Amino acid sequence: MSAAAAGVAVRLEAVSKSYETREGADIPALERIDLDIEPGQFVAIVGPSGCGKSTALGLIAGLMPASGGRILLDGEAVKKPHPRVGVVFQTDLLLYWRTVIENILLPIEIKGGDARAAAARAEALLDQVGLTGFARKYPTELSGGMRQRVAICRALIQDPGLLLMDEPFGALDALTREQMIMDLQAMWLSVRNTVLFITHSIDEAVFLADRVVVMSPRPGRVDLNLTIDLPRPRRWAVHGDPRFMAYCAQVRGMFEAKGVLVER
Amino acid sequence: MPSRRKFSFSRSVLEPAAAPLLALLILAAWQIAVPLAGVSEFVLPTPWTIVKRIVTDWSLLAKNAWVTALEVLFGFGIAIVTGIPTALMIFYSRVFERAVYPLLVALQTVPKVVLAPLLVLYLGYDWAPKIFLAFLISFFPIVIATVVGLQSLEKPMISLLRAMGANEWQIFRKLRIPAALPNIFGGFKVGIGLAVIGAVIGEYVAAERGIGHLQLRATANFDTSLSFAAVVVISLVGVLLFSLISFLERRIVFERERAK
Repeated sequence: MSAAAAGVAVRLEAVSKSYETREGADIPALERIDLDIEPGQFVAIVGPSGCGKSTALGLIAGLMPASGGRILLDGEAVKKPHPRVGVVFQTDLLLYWRTVIENILLPIEIKGGDARAAAARAEALLDQVGLTGFARKYPTELSGGMRQRVAICRALIQDPGLLLMDEPFGALDALTREQMIMDLQAMWLSVRNTVLFITHSIDEAVFLADRVVVMSPRPGRVDLNLTIDLPRPRRWAVHGDPRFMAYCAQVRGMFEAKGVLVER
Repeated sequence: MPSRRKFSFSRSVLEPAAAPLLALLILAAWQIAVPLAGVSEFVLPTPWTIVKRIVTDWSLLAKNAWVTALEVLFGFGIAIVTGIPTALMIFYSRVFERAVYPLLVALQTVPKVVLAPLLVLYLGYDWAPKIFLAFLISFFPIVIATVVGLQSLEKPMISLLRAMGANEWQIFRKLRIPAALPNIFGGFKVGIGLAVIGAVIGEYVAAERGIGHLQLRATANFDTSLSFAAVVVISLVGVLLFSLISFLERRIVFERERAK
């Protein structure tokens, strides 16, 4: 990877978000969330559907305004999408009329950058995710996992100081997901930017993150802020490590305490 | 990617030849049946007679077909330059949508050809009523297809571009238009066929030239072979215009299938 982009610091101060229903009632989605992410940290938010984790990501991405509180990126309040933020969504959202490389270069085009210069870097990114020679293919020619890799390249072409990932592997089959998780770790280790990774998988969160934030639903609150102290690069075998299992149990225990997980 | 398949007679010979073969078969049956049934060629000319007639009267037919084709192109062109902005206004303005869209959909059900006599009354015997009818009849499918195309975009796609810092114009250029193009061209294809009908109907009501006029005059003179020749020629005009749109579509629109 080229010049490592310095990570962006993220700070959420008592951030709330409520949606107005058609009848005019306020439905709270997030309630006074505080979160601090140091530059270059990999933080995973794990929580059940409806805990507002995607809402939090949308707020940080500047896609919608918060109802209360402040969001600071490198100390600056978020009012619109930040140029140093890249987003990977649940689905790849590739434009089917564009080739793989044209899709990756889209953010450069939007920002009025030098697409020709970025093309070489796009090819390098493709090499890095194991898609050498796919630059001129169309998304319909790719499998689901390949498409999501392209979507990740599209986010990385901007050298994002902050990478927001909204359940990026949720739609993939188990084997592809395993591979993607390992590839993501390798990629991140070479860049060391800030990553906010949203997932509903406890294993995924603990394996990838420096810190796991557990959220409970309706309205979303932070219940647990767990530092994962496992050496990197983490091998897949770490899943069998007692410390790894203890972290997972701790997260699971929080869900059980909140009634999100119930053994019957 | 080229895949190696076993040679199949059915797939490589029979399937592509099926439609032309059937057409030839029908024409042959027609050719044989007319004398066999003792029908006078005066009443029902055989395909061969019609072909000969097209050759002998080619300049007459071509001259009139050209007139009709121009009426179609003008009417259809006006439908495009007014229809697409109308669709954009429906899409971008809620008030405009609420006011205009239901009306358009309702008007869509009115068979526009019934307006032909009135149009002649107001616009005279010359080009105007034919062009107007061709325009009117192709306007609705273009507007509606464009609106549907613009609405076809999924919301997350827009979030994606917003997150990249795109403004409305960039979202329009890079996302909405490419996503809507397949629908827009679908509207064009329906519209061009209808525009031919509009122009010919206009000529039926009152005209001094055009293929509809020529055919009407031929039929009035019991010149059935010329009337059939006119049918063939106007069909050719329709096919030609449709092919032109298809050609442009293949150049401009990216189909998902093309990637396979």
